[in-house]
Amino acid sequence: MTTFSTTGEGASLTSVSLGRKVKDRSIQGLVYLAFALAVVPLVAVLWTVVVNGLERLDPTFFQFSMNAVSGSDPGGGAYHAIVGTLQQVAICSAIAVPLSILTAIYLVEYAGGGRLGKIISFTVDVMMGIPSIVAGLFVLALWLLTLGFDYSGLAGALSLTILMIPTVTRAAEEMLKLVPNDLREASYALGVPRWRTVCFVVLPTALTGMVTGVMLAVARVMGETAPLLLTIFFTKAINNDPFNGPQASLPTFIWEQAADPNQNSIDRAWTGALVLIGIIMLLNLVARLVARRTAAKSR
Amino acid sequence: MTTETGVEARAGTRAGAAGTAMSTGRAGDRIFAGAARGSGITVLVIVAAIAAFLVWKAIPALRENEAGFLTTEEWNPNAQPPRFGIAQLAFGTALSSLLAMLMATPVAIGIALFISFYSPRRLASGLGYIVDLLAAVPSIVYGLWGLIFLAQHMDKVSGFLNAALGWFPLFGGDSPGKNSIFTGSVVLAIMILPIISSISREVFLQVPRPNIEAALALGATRWEMIRLSVLPYGRSGMIGASMLGLGRAMGETIAVAMVLTFVPGINWHILENGGSTFAANIANSFAEATETGRGALIASGLVLFVITLLVNMAARAVVARRKEFV
Repeated sequence: MTTFSTTGEGASLTSVSLGRKVKDRSIQGLVYLAFALAVVPLVAVLWTVVVNGLERLDPTFFQFSMNAVSGSDPGGGAYHAIVGTLQQVAICSAIAVPLSILTAIYLVEYAGGGRLGKIISFTVDVMMGIPSIVAGLFVLALWLLTLGFDYSGLAGALSLTILMIPTVTRAAEEMLKLVPNDLREASYALGVPRWRTVCFVVLPTALTGMVTGVMLAVARVMGETAPLLLTIFFTKAINNDPFNGPQASLPTFIWEQAADPNQNSIDRAWTGALVLIGIIMLLNLVARLVARRTAAKSR
Repeated sequence: MTTETGVEARAGTRAGAAGTAMSTGRAGDRIFAGAARGSGITVLVIVAAIAAFLVWKAIPALRENEAGFLTTEEWNPNAQPPRFGIAQLAFGTALSSLLAMLMATPVAIGIALFISFYSPRRLASGLGYIVDLLAAVPSIVYGLWGLIFLAQHMDKVSGFLNAALGWFPLFGGDSPGKNSIFTGSVVLAIMILPIISSISREVFLQVPRPNIEAALALGATRWEMIRLSVLPYGRSGMIGASMLGLGRAMGETIAVAMVLTFVPGINWHILENGGSTFAANIANSFAEATETGRGALIASGLVLFVITLLVNMAARAVVARRKEFV
């Protein structure tokens, strides 16, 4: 697109009038400025997180919990929070990924424009727009208030599941749609039953794309705070059992530490943010690399 | 490709429904199709359950409420008798997310134009990735950054705006602060930039090539080309994108909860400390909530759910309308 040079000098029949040229140039300036405006906050966020986070990025932070450490004390760490986050995200993925991929398979391979398919597709759209705090309220209303379970990592994972399902479903759906129909027809022509065609021809073809989608969804879910506040509650101690009792997580750890006006707490909050961003950016990066590898292969 | 799949799949379903003894009658096929269908239905059930349980758990608290739920400004569900209403929350949510949308949309469209038409082509995907990184930063980090870093700098900006534009009611007030709706909506605007710009970019990519080339062939400058062929074509897509951003901003919780300082009462002066939103109120008051308090929070969450649902539906309808013209 940029090959069309609109301001080539001399060669044109009648040169572009000054007013139009000025307008064109000033809009160009504004558009460049808009992009700069997007980069500024990104750099500012990453910079402040890294600078402030390095303060407490020490072995203690990864080895100790906040048990018996009060807000104004130095030391203390996020071991309990990191364990909690990893467990919750793992449980969430274990539930959400199979469910979402099967839903995507239904939408692409089986629904065939039928009414149920349209309704489900609409529902996924609705789910995509559910505010994260509402997902937390739902698990609170169903799991904790109605069924009477206690705050636990599992409850948190369930609320994250609701947020993860639509993103993974949409990503998987896109990838399944990209699988050429010839592959399916070739498989049917060989007399392969439909489910084997889906499992052993369609899914492997779409696999890397789906892996990318799942990793991006995991990265997104990992940073969710709001639903966890209502479902895992708070604890300062290590709780290795995600099924019983309140658990910590990195986002709620940051929330808790930032609420305490002590510099030691604020430092811990920044380091928590740095660790969280580090994990999320790593997942994003790996997801992009996986995606790029497939793109190169398919060409 | 999709439609082909659809046609083929429908034929298969019909054969299966008729119960004819085609090869699809195998057990594996039935189990797998059943699992896929069951998952789809599970998703349906979950969304229905969300609505149902929120309503169910909200009703007892609403019954005990001594004040008008829609018109009252105060939020005291833990008091005896409980009095709470969503007027202030609805006001804060609408004001902060509308401001965020107004700030973010022009910038996001500028970014989309930059990546689609101004940047060197080889860099385009990399630049798009940079904007996507903004979306990858979790909201708790935006909250922390907004609270500790941005709020300090917004202090001066707010003071300046108040001094220069104080005659305009929104910017008026006696004591401009840093934990204001204005600061909150700046953070929100940053957070919704990526979604608006990525959808706008998708729309720009679909602008028919001949339209662009025709405009250029007529001697249009780059801006005239964009104004004549790109913007008219992408208008509904851009409107839909900014509405999706609005929906996102309304549901955003943690960043707003951290930045705002709660001051009771509706305040039109966006530069003064105070204000609250549905989501921020839930996050802030949950820990101290009694049973009625939880019910009240669930009721306010239900209102938020319905509002975001309507906004998102409208946005998707607008985006989908464009598709019909293609």
